[in-house]
Amino acid sequence: MQHSTQKSLPPEKTGEAIPLLEFESVSKRFPGVLALDQVDFEIVPGEVHILFGENGAGKSTLISIMAGVHQPTSGVIKKSGSPITLNSVHHARSLGISAVFQEFSLVDQLTVEQNLFLGAEHQQSLFLNKSTQRSEAKRILSELGFSLNPKQKVSFLSRAEQQMVEIAKAFRSKLSVLILDEPTASLTDKETNQLFSLIEQVKRNGVGVVYITHRMAEIKKIGDRITVLRDGKYIKTVKAKTTSEKELVELMTGRVIDQVYPKIKFNPQQTLLNVKNITTTNHRVSDLSFYVRKGEVVGFAGLVGSGKSAALRACFGIEKIQSGDIYFNDENVTGHSVRQMLDKGFFYNVPDRHKEGLVMIRNCRENIVLPSLDQNENLNLGVLINKTKEKRTVISLAEKFELHPMKVNRQVEHFSGGNQQKVLLAKCLTRDVKLYVFDEPTVGVDVGTRVEIYKFIANLCEQGAAVVIVSSDLAEIIHLTNRVYVMHRGKLQGEFKDDEINENTILSQFFDREAA
Amino acid sequence: MSAIEQDSNQTASKPAFTQNKDQRRHAVLKRLFVQLGVLPFLLLIAVAVFSLISENFLSLRNLMNVVRQSSYLILVSVAQMFALLTGGFDLSVGTIIALTSVVGATAMAASFNAMPEMVWLAILIGAFAGILAGTAIGAVNGLGVSLFGVSPFMMTLGMASVGFGIALYMTGGTPVYGMPVEFGNIFGFGQILGIPSPVFISILLIVILYILVNSTPLGRYFYAVGGNQKAAELSGINTKRILFIAYTLCGLIAAVAGMLLTARLDTGEANIGASMPLESIAACVIAGVSLRGGVGRIENVVLGALFIGLVQNGMNLARIESYLQTVVIGVLLIIAVIADQVRLKVMASIND
Repeated sequence: MQHSTQKSLPPEKTGEAIPLLEFESVSKRFPGVLALDQVDFEIVPGEVHILFGENGAGKSTLISIMAGVHQPTSGVIKKSGSPITLNSVHHARSLGISAVFQEFSLVDQLTVEQNLFLGAEHQQSLFLNKSTQRSEAKRILSELGFSLNPKQKVSFLSRAEQQMVEIAKAFRSKLSVLILDEPTASLTDKETNQLFSLIEQVKRNGVGVVYITHRMAEIKKIGDRITVLRDGKYIKTVKAKTTSEKELVELMTGRVIDQVYPKIKFNPQQTLLNVKNITTTNHRVSDLSFYVRKGEVVGFAGLVGSGKSAALRACFGIEKIQSGDIYFNDENVTGHSVRQMLDKGFFYNVPDRHKEGLVMIRNCRENIVLPSLDQNENLNLGVLINKTKEKRTVISLAEKFELHPMKVNRQVEHFSGGNQQKVLLAKCLTRDVKLYVFDEPTVGVDVGTRVEIYKFIANLCEQGAAVVIVSSDLAEIIHLTNRVYVMHRGKLQGEFKDDEINENTILSQFFDREAA
Repeated sequence: MSAIEQDSNQTASKPAFTQNKDQRRHAVLKRLFVQLGVLPFLLLIAVAVFSLISENFLSLRNLMNVVRQSSYLILVSVAQMFALLTGGFDLSVGTIIALTSVVGATAMAASFNAMPEMVWLAILIGAFAGILAGTAIGAVNGLGVSLFGVSPFMMTLGMASVGFGIALYMTGGTPVYGMPVEFGNIFGFGQILGIPSPVFISILLIVILYILVNSTPLGRYFYAVGGNQKAAELSGINTKRILFIAYTLCGLIAAVAGMLLTARLDTGEANIGASMPLESIAACVIAGVSLRGGVGRIENVVLGALFIGLVQNGMNLARIESYLQTVVIGVLLIIAVIADQVRLKVMASIND
């Protein structure tokens, strides 16, 4: 790595060196959410610093500030001891800070080398200098040990190969901090090992690596220090070699939860949803069997991409099913459409209210009654909508959920995240529903609203409905369910009941262990 | 929001420092602009300017004339609104009018020729054939956009070429004559209940469409599909069906306008309607219909189309050359889009 920052940095590789990058009580506020709350963080030359925490803990926000995507609301960022502001991704890159996000920033229609030098093209006066660009691309790729053809179009590459291009981009200029966001999620074991030896190599050259992962084995293998974040707050920085898995999980999840979760009286009755050996066409779910009974709350846990969400989406008719059978109320409903499943009494509450949950530019009233306009007799007046009853229904639901402000004719986009979530949840109460599925029901929701949502879920179950909670928030799963399925890479990894449900039993099924 | 407005109104009326008063007045104007959009301001400016230029402009006779002349554009703009609501647009509305006119006139002339004594039957057959042809173009647009996922731009542009080609091929580029005189006399120049026929039919259609859009589930679904297709789909709405209906309905309404225009011209013409795509989109955008879909009100679209009619009429009275008039319409469209962007920014700043 001749082009890295070898000369300019002190050779020590321990914590005493001047940090390459230092965050001092950095906060970031998004509309309605405090994503980072006075977080401290530092990265010194030649270390791999792991960021650890649950989804929504603030890891992504932290690295996006590091990479110049977002600007902090308050706090100080220092580079090699002197305060700086990172105005843009371009600016951060010019300072040697490069990030490889989970979402790639590649232009599909361009070739590997064009992507590599996008925004930093080699020029000879006005024109592109294609030959130096070609040789430079080859040099970078061969140094990294990536067997990629620079002339290949990115759209023809596999996800792992695209990630290589993304990583290679970081190496096109002087590098001092490399940020990797769950880089092994889509890599094979061989590619993973290649990446790890690459990380070792850049460490020796004095580069600091910020690394986000959920995988314990990786933390043990390459981590030097670990900083744990929780709910946007800095919790602790520990040494990777001397910290046990158990301690880490405690640091990650340890929160005061006693008042937040209601005590649910489960009363399991007959089976409502029975899924037998389903595999989806995109193989996000393979050979999965499970069942859900009336009067119980079933949890689906697992990492992002484990298939926990896809499993329920397949049942709701969103994902295409290749093989296997789904029974709802003893009726085979395999391959039914969303409309048909809704009419049978299956309601799937989506995880992403912006993308697929709400029509943000329309008002609360229209959003709430959208799924039931032509179903609910109360709302119909021949072919017309019964506006009086519509208004009454919506207002009573808004009152039930304590919508704030209480303005049902206001556009949904003008409400806070928590109140948008209430509108989303209210949608399922306008029809006759037997099975409620809540996918990430409390994402981006403040604690107060969270308590209300949990109460609401508890009520549904106690009134005899079947409830499924799909969640990346482990505490939510542990405190609200009487049965838990843990998914891993599209398959069922474990099932736990009643007293078996606790952090250790569930988390033990979360991670890859083969590499440890 | 209205409470704040009242509040600032009251305080603005109190005698205060002039600078302060100006600021308040600005704030009120800002809120009005955010709530109503750019159309009322443009209307006011247009009326003020043209009534200064020509004293005839504000006469009842002239205004009635504007309404009658605008009724075709009003219908086409309302048709266009359905495509826009779902997040697309229809560039083939002009072609739909041309094809409707040619097919309708040909069918009407032929059946009138075959049975000269049954005038009404001939008119009915002709109108039905014309409207069917226009609606068919809309239906094909709908199929392409919904079932095959073709972008509305390409689909409607392609169909514009197809329809125009067919219309020219059928007529060889010459007007179609031979329709019964009653058709033009009644639907082109006549009156129904004392109101000019095209205006009467437009009002009737707009009332029906107003109810459809605002009071039926189907109407809601247009907004939902345009606002967030995925959310609509997961709420159990057959979004493909809704898209199909939107384009078909657009074709149907434009076809009615095409038949009325045929009655006014007394001939079937392949060369009418060329300016309709631009003018109808302009009318919608000026009326605050979002190009991103999901937002728009039918009554505003009617006003938007009337505004364009008003401007054209005013320019005629002011003896502005017709070539220059097209320039003005284009400029107005762009101003409306810019104003809409500004409105979004102002809205954001007020919400902060």
